[in-house]
Amino acid sequence: MSERSSGALAQAVGPAPEPPPVSEAAASGPAPRPAAPLAPRARLLPALAAVYRAQLSRARVSRIPLLFVATFQSVGIMILMRGVVDGGSEARAVVAGSSVLVVAFVALNLLAQHFGQLRAGGGLDHYATLPVPPASVVLGAAAAYASFTLPGTLVTAVFGCLLFGLPMGGLWILAAVVPLAGAALAGLGAALGLLAPRQELATLAGQLGMSAALLLGVLPPERMPDVIVWARDLLPSTYGVEAFARTFAPHPDWAAVVLDLGVCGAVGVLSLAVATWAYRRAAVR
Amino acid sequence: MAADADSDVVCAVRDLVKTYPAVRGRRGAPALPETRATDGICLDVRRGEIFGLLGPNGAGKSTLVRQLTGLMRPDSGSVTLLGHDLVRHPERAARLLAYLGQESTALDELTVALAAETTGRLRGLDLRAARAERDAVLEELGLTAIAGRPLKKLSGGQRRLACVAAALVGQRPVLVLDEPTTGMDPVARRAVWAAVDRRRARHGATVLLVTHNVIEAETVLDRVAVIDQGRVIACDSPAGLKARVSGEVRLELVWRESAPLDLPEVARLAGDAVVSGRRWVMRLAPDEARAAVAAVTGGPAFAALDDFTLATPSLEDVYLALGGKTKGLVKS
Repeated sequence: MSERSSGALAQAVGPAPEPPPVSEAAASGPAPRPAAPLAPRARLLPALAAVYRAQLSRARVSRIPLLFVATFQSVGIMILMRGVVDGGSEARAVVAGSSVLVVAFVALNLLAQHFGQLRAGGGLDHYATLPVPPASVVLGAAAAYASFTLPGTLVTAVFGCLLFGLPMGGLWILAAVVPLAGAALAGLGAALGLLAPRQELATLAGQLGMSAALLLGVLPPERMPDVIVWARDLLPSTYGVEAFARTFAPHPDWAAVVLDLGVCGAVGVLSLAVATWAYRRAAVR
Repeated sequence: MAADADSDVVCAVRDLVKTYPAVRGRRGAPALPETRATDGICLDVRRGEIFGLLGPNGAGKSTLVRQLTGLMRPDSGSVTLLGHDLVRHPERAARLLAYLGQESTALDELTVALAAETTGRLRGLDLRAARAERDAVLEELGLTAIAGRPLKKLSGGQRRLACVAAALVGQRPVLVLDEPTTGMDPVARRAVWAAVDRRRARHGATVLLVTHNVIEAETVLDRVAVIDQGRVIACDSPAGLKARVSGEVRLELVWRESAPLDLPEVARLAGDAVVSGRRWVMRLAPDEARAAVAAVTGGPAFAALDDFTLATPSLEDVYLALGGKTKGLVKS
């Protein structure tokens, strides 16, 4: 019985197990001894674009409710702070902090969860057995999560400006703040998700990171003790908050804005590099 | 094993060893001793064949496959795929083979079409080629009608089929498929095997298939390595393996309610039978089996008999005859 059934496949292919040429591999020569040529790698940018597009489509399906949560959370915090803060530099800090908090929620918290899940569920195997540069996977996912936060950040910032009577002329700076703070936080989130030994720890780390961004970013620094201010300086989102807050001033100190954004960008490069390294480490065990 | 066809060997595995360290017990998780998941495995997979790894769950099949696909570094031993040393260069595996793992986490939230297209792009195809291959593969596997639906909204079998589609986009000379047809209906299974055969016929693709399904192993595999507790306990064609236990046949009796043990002919058989509920399974020499059938069907025992089958040995019998210790092979 098995003779016949295993024969059925052989018949479909041909009587003898003669080696047909291995498609493109055969081009190298007739002898099968030399190593077969390798299929081309996926190049960095096209692969990044493919990951970005796939991640963005995921986001459309499942993350939009979470974006609403993130935005409402920030709006709620500003309404609460309205009773405490009257205006001036504190109001600027609250609006900027709440806006960047949306980025922290999505880029840090959700991305840490995503990579934690992917790692725990064996999903990294899928990417690891494709010839794709690790940076494409990490950057593509980070970029998708970060760009996904832009509408929420914008809504929060506009609402904050109306609430506290701040000028809206400088909101264009969000076009730089979101990607740079997004890169820094997304890299941090991805690294946490990939390095956490267990999925629950990845989720926990992401949420702690977001809580830190909330407490240290939204509350005005003038009233904080020194230790907390140092911790605040260590958090990459702080520089995004500071840069954004400065643009509300009547005559913004553009050099300081650029410096803050530069720090954000540098931390972004660093944290994405760490995330890429963490990905490599997680992919081959 | 394949000395005459040495030049035809696509994948050569020598003395592969991987040991998982002992795990300390934690709350809710029992302690595990050190485990040799692959214990000195040697294999030769020849060009153009469907080579199977058959064994129960936990036999070490997936650990072996993870080492063959560059996902895991062995402690010692060598893996040579199409002339490339995969222990030294695990990253080359992705450029030589397509891998279908057991998990679909990375694709679950994508639509069927986007999962196939993205995988093709990450396998190095440009956008146009990825889309053309995506359309062809979805058509081939009968997935066009559900191309726009996310994987996680599909049934288990359809989701698996979508993952197969993703694995087939972007041609590779070697396909490594870890239980590809789990949960699929017969139509989907046929579509998968037809698609695999087409790739063999057209491009001479070699297929390494992990399965714990005996029937599937007998029908689709050219050669099969039987894995038990991290070791290859036999490697041959399914027919060749079964010839080793050709001296035995399997007799299955199913009783209507309970076995009439008061009848002497039934009581005699009870000693040889493996009993599970109303079902008795016996491995007997052919003439013994004939006599047993005559005894239970000719006498008063027949009234208590619901069904009986007399079959030539399956790969499961081979596995047990070779000393396989774990139960858990699937027949469906």
